[in-house]
Formats: sequence, structure tokens, C-alpha cells
Amino acid sequence: MWGRIGVIVRKEFSQLFRSPRTRTLLFIPPIIQLIVFGYAVNMDVDNVHMAWLDRDQSPASQNLLADFVGSGRFELVALPQTETDVQRLLDAGDVKCVVQVLPGFARDILRGRPTAVQILVDGTNSNTASLVSAYASQIVAAYAGSVGVQQAMPRVMARLESNERISLRAPSVEASTRVWFNPDLRSRNYFVPGVIANIIMVVTVMLTAMAIVREKEIGTMEQLIVTPIRPLELMIGKMLPAALVGLMDVTMISVGAQLIFHVPFRGAAVMLLACAALFLLTSLGAGLFISTIAQTQQQAMMSSTLFAAPTFMLSGFAFPIHNMPLPVQYFTYLNPNRYFVEILRSIFLKGAGLNILWPDMAALLAEGLAIMLLSSWRFRKRLD
Amino acid sequence: MNLRRTRAIFYKEARHILRDPRSLIMALGLPLIDLLLFGYALDLDVDRIPTLIFDGDHSAISQQLIQRFQGSRFFEIEGFVNNYAAIEKGIDRDKILMGVAIPQDYSRHIASGEKAQVQILIDGSDANTASIALGYAEATVRGYSYQLRSQGENLHAGMQPNIPVEAQLRVWYNSSMESKNYIVPGLIAVILMVIAALLTSLTIAREREMGTLEQLLSTPVRPAEIVLGKMLAFFVVGVLDTLISIVLGVFVFHVPFRGSFLLLALTGCIFLSSAFFLGILISTVARSQLQAYQLGILSSFLPSMLLSGFIYAIENMPPAVQAITYLVPARYFADIIKGILLKGVGVQVLWANILFLVAFSTLVFLLATRRLRQKLA
Repeated sequence: MWGRIGVIVRKEFSQLFRSPRTRTLLFIPPIIQLIVFGYAVNMDVDNVHMAWLDRDQSPASQNLLADFVGSGRFELVALPQTETDVQRLLDAGDVKCVVQVLPGFARDILRGRPTAVQILVDGTNSNTASLVSAYASQIVAAYAGSVGVQQAMPRVMARLESNERISLRAPSVEASTRVWFNPDLRSRNYFVPGVIANIIMVVTVMLTAMAIVREKEIGTMEQLIVTPIRPLELMIGKMLPAALVGLMDVTMISVGAQLIFHVPFRGAAVMLLACAALFLLTSLGAGLFISTIAQTQQQAMMSSTLFAAPTFMLSGFAFPIHNMPLPVQYFTYLNPNRYFVEILRSIFLKGAGLNILWPDMAALLAEGLAIMLLSSWRFRKRLD
Repeated sequence: MNLRRTRAIFYKEARHILRDPRSLIMALGLPLIDLLLFGYALDLDVDRIPTLIFDGDHSAISQQLIQRFQGSRFFEIEGFVNNYAAIEKGIDRDKILMGVAIPQDYSRHIASGEKAQVQILIDGSDANTASIALGYAEATVRGYSYQLRSQGENLHAGMQPNIPVEAQLRVWYNSSMESKNYIVPGLIAVILMVIAALLTSLTIAREREMGTLEQLLSTPVRPAEIVLGKMLAFFVVGVLDTLISIVLGVFVFHVPFRGSFLLLALTGCIFLSSAFFLGILISTVARSQLQAYQLGILSSFLPSMLLSGFIYAIENMPPAVQAITYLVPARYFADIIKGILLKGVGVQVLWANILFLVAFSTLVFLLATRRLRQKLA
């Protein structure tokens, strides 16, 4: 039996590596994808392009502007003069926010009257918009704090002169924050491990599905069937090379993620490979399943895409699973990518070991075995 | 270019499409299922952040702050714990995202008019959610601090009870700040791009694998006519897909439609043609269907998801990667569709995107035709 499997494996390998073009297609794209996407996946909001509409033109408003620019979060790119300018800037997407200081700003501050700063935020991307709003409110609040002290001074001095007993102390509460696992809040650290999972998924599902359907379409499947090779052997022989390619890709892009993007790797490499092997069980199984329902490569391709899109979107890679409606959350338990993305993040960022990851690994194993059994049963039925 | 010969190719290709109903159903069902599922499921709004509170002070004053957190819709208080370690464990086990720790001497500091500290612990793995959650937590503490301060100042020195300068926030285009309103239009662009490029990426590779390409090339049909005829046949499918997606977006997901339908239809057609031509170009480059599919997935699936500005803002990317995004037609269409649906802007704002799409489409068409002609020679 092993001899026959070995023959199939050798045949598959020579098919995969026959021409330099297919060889490069197996290994170069994952690396290119990692590099390009690794740089792209970034939700950090800094250097927010802002416009400043100053209707007061006073030292007080200039101070506020200095606070905005000095915060390092905002970059002043436009000084509109009118409402129409503001409209145009926001419409064209040139700025993400416009800060507007109304006339009488400095006068109100001087007289101790409450005043306001208007901040217009482009809400098209609600995510960026919430961060921009939070940053802007923080800056205005800090400014208000310093203004409050200035306003209080003359009154305090007056009371001191009239020999009243006062306390200068004012209670306040300050939030001191501690961020775990990713103290600089670099979103790239969170996304790059997810990119790895998705690249591997796309490569391996496609390889198995197309490798089998291709033989059907060209007609060589018939020839294989008449040889003494049994369906199970054929199946294993088809999947082993794909699994090897998958594992090589995992290793390659995990190393790349650390070298290029300096994503911390706190866990054990052995854990990563073991989990990757479990994940490959599910993705190869899915590829095999697709090959049993598709007649032509066109159909195999459409089915793989139908499979790949939800596994990607519902993996928690970019969109948090706890935000999804409950029925969809249950549905994601069927998604192998969900577990693998979670595992990769925990290994990379938290250095998690078997004691924390075993439920995810068990789920992958169960799912992998289930889909393997189902597809090998279908596969055998079709061949007999 | 001859209209009659182009039409002949169109009919031939249309018959191919109709003869494989399974693929056709998938081509029409894919956007329907994907958009329904993703439009319903995907959500980047940060609210109901699971939070644990450790109140080491147990006083009426610490209770006031806790009430502020309980009253906010952004936090979901999962419970109260008696020690710091419980918060650490909760974060480690992924049970909570945030912990609020109020130290023992909290009320003593406030009573004596000093600065009291509250500790916010947060799981930073998801940096984006963490930053937004931090923003909310800091704003909550700040609001409470103002209230305390103004009460305190009144008591002690008769000072201004008001906040001297307030930030008035106004959000345009998507005033409820729902992530759905920008996810759904982006999704439409991404899904259409993937389907369109994949649909055509096999057409020439298949003819080559089957050996019919030689026959086709030996007829008087010119390469440009083959490319155009094939594109037009799939175009019908693409237009149906686009209509399905937009109807779903507007009527099922209630994405506002503020701009002109005509402009959307027109730009949609240009976008579809560019994606189809890209597929055909891939098909002429690939040696086999497997290669065509690999190239198609490589150049359409992940790039349109990650490089179109659909999830990740393009302006945050390094210049070299930004340059690559110009090769992703979904990028232009995502901008156009968001502009038309959410902002209601017209040609005067979107002209650059439209020009780029037209240029891209023409370029890819010319390249595909050239590749095909080379095969002929």
C-alpha cells in the first residue's frame, strides 16, 4: 500500500515541480502576498488629515491649533475660509475632520463663559471616525483643563486678598491605562497572523480541489482507476504533496512575518507547526470534498471561491466575531479558519501553549476528521 | 473590428455559459449569498465591551464612577471581582476585553481634594478595538472627573461649575457611525471584482487546454473581437450581479442612496468591463486552467479585499503598497460607490476615479489582445 502511495506522491510532485513556472507559483506568491498585505493591514489612525477653519483668529484659537498639531495625531492640510470650502474638502475626502472655531471664542474664554469648538468628522468609515472623535475630544478636554486653571486664577487671587479661607485643592480622577500583549497598540501585530491563515487556506484548498478535478476533466482519472491503486491510496497520495507545500508555506511566511514586520513571536514553533498540520487536515479535506462535487475545473473554481469567501470573512480576521449576530456566531464554530486565526494570534502575541489552546486544537481535529471521512466516502463512491 | 464577428463570438460564449447551469447559478448566487451573509454578519462597531470591575475601595464615591460605566452603552459589565488577579485571568482567557480597577485609597484621595487614579486594563491584541475602547473609557472617567471637579471647586472656591471649552462633534455622511454603511458598499465592489475576474479567467485557458483555441485562431476572427465578444457574454451576468447587489444593499441593509443612479450604472459598467478584461488577460497568460485560477485568485481575491480600501484605509499604507493599489480596479469602484451612495457626490468629485477606471480597462483590453495576437503568430 505504501509503495503505491509513494508512486502517486512522486507523480504529483513531479507534476507540481515540473515547470519553473508552477514551482514559482507555489512559493513566491505567498511571500509576495505576505509582504504586500502585511503592509496594508493596518487600522492605526495617525496623521489624520485635518482642516482648520478659524473664525476667531485669536491667540486662544492659535493655542488650540498648536495643541492639535503638537499631538502628533493630526496633520493640518487645509485652511478653508468658508462653509463651501469645508463641504468640498469633506466631499472629496481630502480631510477626515474639520475643526471650526467660532467668532468670540477668545472673548468667551476671557469672560469665563462656556464656549464650544465645532468638530466635523467624515463618518464614511465609522471606525476611523470614532478614533478621530476620541482623539479630538481628548485634545479639547486637555485644552479646557488648562483654560479652567487660568480662569480660576484671578478669582482665587481676589479671595486670597480679601483674606478668605479657601482650599486650592480640587479633586479629580485620572485614568491610567495599561495595555496587554500589544502595548504599542500596533494593529499590524493583530492582523498579520490572520493573513498567514488565509494565505494557507487559499493555497491548499485550491491545490487539492484542482489536482483531482483536472484528472477527471482531462480523462486521466479513468486510467488511474484501472491501475491497482485503491481510492484511499489515491486520495492520500494526492493530499500529501499539498500538505507538504502547505507546511513549507506556513514556515516560510511565519519567519517572514517576524523578519519583515517584527511581529512578536512569543510561543513555541512546534506548537505552530502542530496546529498548522491540524488546520491542513480541514483545508485539504475541504478541497477533496469540492473535488467530489465538481465536474469541471470551472465548477471547482467557483465552489472553492464560494467556500473561501465566508471562511475568510467570518474568521474573525478583520471583523470581530463577538460583534456578529448570534446565529452567525454559532455558524463560525464550523469555520476552521476561525480556530486557526485565534491559535495563530495566541501563539504569536500571547505565547499561549497547549493548556490554553487545546479546545481550539480539538475542534480543528474533530472537524478535520469529519470532513476527511465524509469526502473520502464520497470520493470512493464516485470511483467505484 | 467587425461587429458581426464579435457577435458570433458573443453567441458562442453565451451558449457555453448557458450550457453549464451549475456554474451560472453559482455566478448569480455567489453575490446574493455573500452579500446577505456578510452584510448581516460583519460589523466593526465597538460597543458592549465585556468589562470586569475590581472595586478595592467599596465606597459611595467609587460607586458613582461604577454607575457611569454601567450607564454607558459601550460597556457591558460582566461582573465584579475582589482582586486584581481575577482581571488578569479574565483577559488571559479571552473572557473580557477590559478591566477597571479602583484602588483602595480612591475615596480618601478624592475627599482630601487630591488626584485619584483609576486603572484601566485592556487586551491590546486587537489594537483597533482596544484604541476605541480606551477612548470611551477615558471619556467616561474624564466626564466624571469634571463633575467632581466642578462640585469640589464650588465647595472650596466658588469657581466656575461649567466646562470652559467643549468639543461639539458632528459626524457627516454616516451620522449614526454605523460600520454597516461603509462595509456594504465596499463589499459590493469586492464581490463583483472577484466574481468578474474569476468568471473570465478560465475562458481562454480552457479553450487552450481543450485544443479549441487553435481552431478559433484559425478562423478570420481577430483577437480584439475574441476578447470583446467573450467579455460581452459575461457582461450580462455581471450586470445582473451588480443589480442584485445594489438592490440588496439599499433595500435589505438600508444603505442610503444619495447620488445619481445613472452615474452608478455607468461607472458600474466601466468597472465590470475592467474586471472582465483583467480575467481574460490572466487567461491568456496562464498555461492551464489551474494556473489561470491561481493567478485569478492571486490578483483578485485577497487584493480586492485588502487593497481596495474596503477594510484598511489606503492612506495608511506605505507609498510602495499604495502604488500597487492603483492596479486594483475595486479600489476605484469602492470609492465611487461610497461617494455615490453615502455622500451623494457626482462627476465633479469622482472624475479622477472614473478616468483611472477607463484607463485601466483600456490598458488591460489592449494587453489581452496583444497576448492573444502573439499566440496567433
